[in-house]
Amino acid sequence: MTETGAGTAVRSVLKIEDLVAGYGGGDVLRGVSLDVTQGGITCVVGPNGAGKSTLMAAISGLLRPRLGSITLDGKNLVGLSPRQVLRLGVVQVPQNHSLFRDMTVRENIELGGYILSDRALTARRVAAVHDVFPEIAGWSGKKAGSLSGGQQRLVEFGRALMLEPRLLLLDEPSMGLAPKVLRTVFGAIRQMNAAGTTILLVEQNARAGLRLSSQGVVMESGRVRLSGSGREVLENPEIGALYLGGAVSAG
Amino acid sequence: MSALLRTEEVRKAYGGVHALDSCTVEIEEGSVAGLIGPNGSGKTTLFNVITGYAKADAGQVYLAGKKITNVTPDKVFALGIGRTFQLTRIFASLTVMENMLVASPNGRAAARRRAMEQLEFVGIAGHRAELAGTLSYGQRKLLELAYVLVADPAIILLDEPAGGVNLSLVNHIADRIRELNAAGKTFLIVEHNMEFVMGLCDQVTVLDSGAVVASGPPGIIRTDRRVLNAYLGEDLDPADAENPENPENPDPAEDA
Repeated sequence: MTETGAGTAVRSVLKIEDLVAGYGGGDVLRGVSLDVTQGGITCVVGPNGAGKSTLMAAISGLLRPRLGSITLDGKNLVGLSPRQVLRLGVVQVPQNHSLFRDMTVRENIELGGYILSDRALTARRVAAVHDVFPEIAGWSGKKAGSLSGGQQRLVEFGRALMLEPRLLLLDEPSMGLAPKVLRTVFGAIRQMNAAGTTILLVEQNARAGLRLSSQGVVMESGRVRLSGSGREVLENPEIGALYLGGAVSAG
Repeated sequence: MSALLRTEEVRKAYGGVHALDSCTVEIEEGSVAGLIGPNGSGKTTLFNVITGYAKADAGQVYLAGKKITNVTPDKVFALGIGRTFQLTRIFASLTVMENMLVASPNGRAAARRRAMEQLEFVGIAGHRAELAGTLSYGQRKLLELAYVLVADPAIILLDEPAGGVNLSLVNHIADRIRELNAAGKTFLIVEHNMEFVMGLCDQVTVLDSGAVVASGPPGIIRTDRRVLNAYLGEDLDPADAENPENPENPDPAEDA
């Protein structure tokens, strides 16, 4: 149990314990434990091959772990299908652009609520998405494929919000975007969090990701090697050794 | 100056993004050189420009002082630059030996003998009659290396030779590279496995956003702050530049 700046008790939404998972014969995750605190942004960073994407796949039900547990608000996720995990409120925005390019932005956003049976509820959720990202309302009639890379990311975020996720998984949202667009994307992540969404972020841009986040985790070779507040992790001199096998502080 | 391979101020853009931006890299003859950098820093693009798979927008590539900029891949190969790929390019439905002989379809005895020598050297001769598609990922990388070695190139470019390969094969691959280097072959290696790079290379060049940020022996590189900065990513200083795409952004300064 930790305390926020406001003094309220913080609880875990997602709890991962001693997770072992991999593909074929080998283990990629070799005993990973971490907590995602409610209302925060938890950022997982680490060099290539650390196991970050494998961790995401295990949480969202795409990869069944060999050992260990994953619980969402105390409910077991291991062994559930991706659809079941989604219904429990874990929504993932994949690394690669995933909008239907020939459909409008509005249609793409509505598709995020495809498991909602109620049209009125869908309409209310669209309005709520527009509250978080007003610019999306302005693009409603445009073909998704006509938007810039950064704008498409925003629509993907908006689509994910349609289910009012209990936990939002973002897999390297800055991947493939020009440096000047990064700020837009990181600003959007902050907006979603400010609107109350708990976020687990896997990010290649460790510095920007950790600065944004309440909690930081550095993975390396399938294990959690450092954890703490985003700033603590970034300022830990060991981060250099984990990335480069040397010793240099990120400062 | 005894640079065997040299790129000079190479530029390459894809749709407005500078994959390579004034990239100057020199590889000394007889060295095992490493090329590292975060995802998207331009490593594979540089390989593609050197080997003729991508056309440079500007700048030059020299092999032993001779300009080879934008020469076609087959000519680059004939000039003495061998190359393997990040995702191996083998013919899965041909046998290992057939893969070795695709460039000499008559399968003359001399060609078979050379192919066999290289398969023995990399350690997969026992699999020569098996379909290449049945090889493990690491063995496929060895097959590609064997194929490249048949042409006896002066310099060999390896794109992630240790990526996705189990540890014992990683060590085996490193040993083969050392042996070849001792026999005079020059290497340029892109690899994310830092232990592999730092343990094998005598010179490491670091790319970030398509430009060289540092170059030197591994002991210097692994403690260079600029290199770590490249890996940890850009600090998005919230103070500068408004955001034309997202005017609704709250002031990010509150976060820092």
